[in-house]
Amino acid sequence: MSARQTGPPRWMDRIVELYCKRELLEDLQGDLHEYYDRNLRKSRSRANLIFFIDVVKFFRLYTVRKPKMIERMTFFNLFKNYYKTSVRSIARNKLFSTINMIGLAISMSVGILMITYISELLTYDNFHTKSDRIYRVLSTYKGITDSDAEKYASTSVFIGKKLKEEYTGFEKVLIMRRNFRKDIAKGENVISVRGHYATEEFFDVFSFKLVAGDPSTALRDPNSVVLTKKTAEKLFQDKNPVGEVVTAGDERFMVTGLMEDVPVNSHMQFEILASFSTAENTYAKEENSSFLTWRSIWSNYVYLLLPEEHNTETLEASLNEVALEENAKTDRYAINFELENLSEVMPGKDLNNKIGAGVSWQMINMLITLTMIVIVSACFNYTNLSIARSLRRSKEVGVRKIVGASRGQVFLQFITEAIIISFFALIIAFGISLLIKPEFVRILSDGAKVLMDFQYIHILYFLAFSVAIGVIAGFVPSLILSKLKAISALKDASKLKLLKRVNLRRVLIVFQFTLSIAFIIGATISYRQYKYALNFDLGFNTENILNVNLSGNDSDILLSEMRKLPEVTDYSRSAMIMSTGDTWSDLFKYKDPLDSASAHVNYVDKNYLRVHDFDFLAGGMFPYDLKGDQEAKYIIVDKLFVERFNLGSAQDAIGEVVTLRQRRGDSKLEIAGVIDEFQYAKIESRKKPTVFFQGSDDSYGYLNLVVKTDNIFSFMEKLEDAWKKVDTVHPFRAEFYDDRIRESYAGYVIMFKIFGFLAFLAISIASMGLLGMAVFTTETRIKEISVRKVMGATEKHLVYILSRGFVFMLIIAAFIAMPLTYLFFTSVVMADSANRIAIGAFELLSGVVLIFGLGILTIGWQTWKAAKTNPAEMLRNE
Amino acid sequence: MKGTNLGEFEEVVLLTIASLMDEAYSVNIVDEISKVTGRKTKLGVVHAVLKRMEDKGLITSELGEPTKERGGRRKRFFQVSHGGKIALLKSKEQRDKLWNLIPDVVFQGVR
Repeated sequence: MSARQTGPPRWMDRIVELYCKRELLEDLQGDLHEYYDRNLRKSRSRANLIFFIDVVKFFRLYTVRKPKMIERMTFFNLFKNYYKTSVRSIARNKLFSTINMIGLAISMSVGILMITYISELLTYDNFHTKSDRIYRVLSTYKGITDSDAEKYASTSVFIGKKLKEEYTGFEKVLIMRRNFRKDIAKGENVISVRGHYATEEFFDVFSFKLVAGDPSTALRDPNSVVLTKKTAEKLFQDKNPVGEVVTAGDERFMVTGLMEDVPVNSHMQFEILASFSTAENTYAKEENSSFLTWRSIWSNYVYLLLPEEHNTETLEASLNEVALEENAKTDRYAINFELENLSEVMPGKDLNNKIGAGVSWQMINMLITLTMIVIVSACFNYTNLSIARSLRRSKEVGVRKIVGASRGQVFLQFITEAIIISFFALIIAFGISLLIKPEFVRILSDGAKVLMDFQYIHILYFLAFSVAIGVIAGFVPSLILSKLKAISALKDASKLKLLKRVNLRRVLIVFQFTLSIAFIIGATISYRQYKYALNFDLGFNTENILNVNLSGNDSDILLSEMRKLPEVTDYSRSAMIMSTGDTWSDLFKYKDPLDSASAHVNYVDKNYLRVHDFDFLAGGMFPYDLKGDQEAKYIIVDKLFVERFNLGSAQDAIGEVVTLRQRRGDSKLEIAGVIDEFQYAKIESRKKPTVFFQGSDDSYGYLNLVVKTDNIFSFMEKLEDAWKKVDTVHPFRAEFYDDRIRESYAGYVIMFKIFGFLAFLAISIASMGLLGMAVFTTETRIKEISVRKVMGATEKHLVYILSRGFVFMLIIAAFIAMPLTYLFFTSVVMADSANRIAIGAFELLSGVVLIFGLGILTIGWQTWKAAKTNPAEMLRNE
Repeated sequence: MKGTNLGEFEEVVLLTIASLMDEAYSVNIVDEISKVTGRKTKLGVVHAVLKRMEDKGLITSELGEPTKERGGRRKRFFQVSHGGKIALLKSKEQRDKLWNLIPDVVFQGVR
């Protein structure tokens, strides 16, 4: 009978094994077993019991192992050693360390900027003390023909009032309306301000600080305004403005409060607040006013302050109840509501009609993804080079293991090394991030204002970030090295399984190059599309035309001043500037009363079409400009409009009368001319029927001056002087048509910049990785090269042998990248664009050629150097 | 002074080890003590004493060859070290001196 079968229960043995010191265990356990056998002669259960009691009794100070924690303490001492070996290894392999560090630094600089940016975004609206109980009512609107409901940050005054009057479950209802824009004056001082309307609950709900005035009544009465400090200073200097009266044209406003400036990290920005009752007085009294209607959800905002202990469900139920009741009254559209906590506003959902600029999570996620891709790519460099070079360090691992290092300790050692490299990289990255910050801020600033100030807390984030990078980069090589068996590592390093990781390395390199090629192709396409947009034939002339924003001034008065300048050779007037993104539309009918169609419109004077050189197919310009209250009689339409209503040939259309449908009532208009089709909207959109109305002074927004001058700057100064004779309040705003078009396609430029920058990062990281691998390969194969050379291989042949592996990988990368990028651009980025460049061989091959050039240069340099070495030198020192 | 002199039980164990010669391992020691002195000793106590005396340098130990009876586990055999022998002799000397000082009259009737 073997001892195992008759021995004590295994679990009792386990207990002893668990606590007993290794050096005492064998003897002690032996003793216990001997006793057990002795006791077994009497009875098994008795033996078991005694054995168990003994097991417990032997749990003594001298038998018990030191707990793991204490063993770990030595680990901290080991850190000193890890640090030393790491620094030595870094210093010994200067080239590889530099490649690793710079690669990581480049990508981490972007990471640093992202951390700064996101941590800034996350501070939005956190100065409101009640932010956890402030909710915003969002609306969804689904028209009868829409397939999806659109989401809006705005909602109706109706729902705000309804909640306030008929429902409970909240403490306050704040109703706001955007766009309080006035030129307000105090005596001689006139300034242009932008702000919102708000009900008296404003200061109860939000924590904006009121310096002077009564917070509960400041926004109660009609025509009361609250100024921010900045605004008040401009109008009143240091005087207390409360109680003063300011004017805006015929209107008079009482200043009832003075508040601190709005913090940058507030989702709503304003310079002035007007009482909501002002808006009610203005809009609700208009004829046919939609101010209080159910469907007027486009400009108003409702904020709710809930009690401390709140439950949004009952409130949502109330909102649904109202929606259900009101939606039943019409089948043309449906409006529904959602609640959103203040903390979710910024960064938040992708909503229409936001009260201020907003950044959506979608955008942040996209930025994070791109950053992560670049960072991971840089981490691959580290992983790759470390795996490749781990062969050299296997001896070190072997010795460590024999001396007694555990697997975890070896793992930690190499992770530590990666983290140290990543710390060095962090320092460099911080420097780089300072360099690229201004451009980064510029690209991001088209949404919310971005400060990107450094804060001390960021140091903590950065350190955590670089530790994370170190762990990610060092994980795989550390794992591989720590798995090494001590004996095999020391006995014959060349037979290690390490070499089997070659495939992993190849995959990583291919990934990096795919990325680089894709980014270059992306940059090329964006740039070509931008150029294409600028050179696109719009169908009319925009050259040398300077558009002056009228800012509400009388066009005749301004013209009389400006035409005095000899450089102004011709002029026209229009309501808006076409082809730059704005579109105005109206509904038209011809003979069939049921057939109406929408067309783009613009209000122009009789010079406009001549000045802009439109092609007339039939008829001519407006015979005269409207004077005073004169009714418009003529319109000029384009070819598409004629085709839409089947008016026959262009010539047939002249003299036909069409009906313009407006809320005020229909009006009949006669076609005076037909022009060829042209690009009214931006080039992403298809051409649509277009109509030009006779404009009047009420409708004009711009002067279009034809300018002939050699000295733009002095001309602009003269023009500004002319402006100032007429208007001293508004700034002079004028822009050449072509510049305006260029600006409207800035999206492509930003895209180009982002892709270009990413491409730059990806390329530098990838080529550095490639350089590292090339150096390593030639270094390890130098003997082979020497032998081949001695045997008579030519240098050319050697370069071929050494570089074919890399070239093969580049080719694979190219074949992955080209179709992917092509698909991405044609079906995602520019899928909806009506006019876009054909993505052809040039765009796709640009990246491939560039990367091939760089890659071959990198590899070629190293392999050529290796091939040129004197074989005798290499073979001698064995 | 504590440490320089042997404790009573220490002395017993030490003497037992010396008497057992090459067969002195824990279980045997326990058995021998109970056989010779009639004292019921527990393995745990002996174990602790052995450990303590080894730390003091009174005994040395080495592992023997594995045997079948303990599931293949080796025994730890103890030997009295030079220091242990001196301590034993010293202890005996002290007692002898004391014994010699006692007049026979004291034990009259007991023996």
